[in-house]
Amino acid sequence: MKLVMAVIKPFKLDEVRDALTSIGVDGLTATEVKGYGRQKGHTEIYRGAEYAISFLPKVKIEVAVKAELAERVVEAISSAAKTGQIGDGKIFVYDLNNVVRIRTGESDADAL
Amino acid sequence: MRKSTILKTTMAALAVFGLVGAAPALAAVDSETAYILNTFSFLVNGALVMWMAAGFAMLESGLVRSKNTATICLKNIALYSIAGLTFYLVGYNLMYLDVTGYIGSLSPFWGPDDAEALSGTFAEGGYSASSDWFFQMVFVATAASIVSGALAERVKLWSFLAFVVLLTAIIYPIQGSWVWGGGWLAEMGFSDYAGSTLVHSVGGWAALSGAIILGARKGKYSAEGRVIPIPGANLPLATLGTFVLWLGWFGFNGGSVLALGSAASAIEMANVFANTNMAAAGGVIAAMILTQILYKKVDLTMTLNGAIAGLVSITAEPADPTLGMAVLIGAVGGVIVVLAIPLLDKLKIDDVVGAIPAHLFAGIWGTLAVVISDAEASFITQLTGIVAIGIFALVLSTVFWFILKFTIGIRVDEEDEVIGLDKAELGLEAYPEFGRGSQTL
Repeated sequence: MKLVMAVIKPFKLDEVRDALTSIGVDGLTATEVKGYGRQKGHTEIYRGAEYAISFLPKVKIEVAVKAELAERVVEAISSAAKTGQIGDGKIFVYDLNNVVRIRTGESDADAL
Repeated sequence: MRKSTILKTTMAALAVFGLVGAAPALAAVDSETAYILNTFSFLVNGALVMWMAAGFAMLESGLVRSKNTATICLKNIALYSIAGLTFYLVGYNLMYLDVTGYIGSLSPFWGPDDAEALSGTFAEGGYSASSDWFFQMVFVATAASIVSGALAERVKLWSFLAFVVLLTAIIYPIQGSWVWGGGWLAEMGFSDYAGSTLVHSVGGWAALSGAIILGARKGKYSAEGRVIPIPGANLPLATLGTFVLWLGWFGFNGGSVLALGSAASAIEMANVFANTNMAAAGGVIAAMILTQILYKKVDLTMTLNGAIAGLVSITAEPADPTLGMAVLIGAVGGVIVVLAIPLLDKLKIDDVVGAIPAHLFAGIWGTLAVVISDAEASFITQLTGIVAIGIFALVLSTVFWFILKFTIGIRVDEEDEVIGLDKAELGLEAYPEFGRGSQTL
């Protein structure tokens, strides 16, 4: 099993969700986060003085899938979240050791 | 006493523009009807001015951080109430009763005397005593409101309110007696229709002195002197506050005709309303264009300051200018605030809401601009009034601020400033359902 974690532009969330649903992923967790990468931040202006916004708002999604599906999940996220502009985000893939569905006690692949 | 000259000049101005004939044949209403209409004008316009306190409260709430919102709300309703109490205790009598040239009567507790009117005798231009007291009282509150915005987010609640007592009981009424009480500046011919200098600049001088003595908010200026902006929490609220002030200003300037008992005074009041509106519009447009040019973006909060500056600029003479001239007078006010805000920042004078540029600097401009449309006003006399009242207000404010600083202290300690005055001084949050977590990372 793999855990695919991606940080994407907030307005791309719906497109990413649709892309994942279409390849058979039926669950994800989304979190509002802030951070910076190559995009750094941007400046805003208030009463004539500029100031830096060093942490930009992003959405972090986490998807747990069977190992064989992981590659297609990465492809789906990268094509759906891509704008070609700086700040599109990153995708991280982790090995996943154990999963338990709390309601039934099922574990691992059965719990996905 | 200033009313007769205002009417005369207005009629002359109207004649120039062909709006009335050379000899207006106006059928006068009887003296009791005029008395009722004059009283009505004071009451309705006074209620509009009272509503400016709400405008200040919202403008200031919008421009502070949400950790100081409840405190600024409390200060605004408290200062409005204090202004009424002090004006009753000493203010009105100091300003209007038996003015000797430099000060009125020290007798405490004002009370109405309407015996003459109740016996059926109505002086020309008469009105009920309480209507006049009420109308003058709401003006004092306006001067005090100006101070609260400039010193927001770091001044101690009770020290600020103690200063408000001194401002409204001593500084405001004494200098007011020099002009509206018929004192030495009025005799000299100094003209300030609704108080660009008497109300707005006086509040501005007190704010300037307080802001310097109090020092900037923690984190406003970096060690190298760079400005670190501290954005306001709620710009819709700041915008609403500005609109409320704009509405209230029709009462502020319109009521200052001091009469509604004749067609001539009704015409004058209508002209004042129109000019007041156009000056504010001029201030807005000028601030928008200038911030677009200077910063490549329109600055909303400076545009709001532009509206206030336009209003303050026209307040010294809202009756005589043409509409076009009113737009220009207000526009200069809008330019003044946009240029003065960064200038104050260079001097490290931290004025949270832009009260000093909008009320003090635009007030000085408006008082000088009287000479443009009022042929009887003299530039030297206007300047004398500005300087005399400026020195009086600045020196007394500075003395009072230092007395407070070295007795009860005027600034909250650093830790309280960081957690916010709402928690430190009031023990509550203005928006308890939106925790601090949503504001910081």
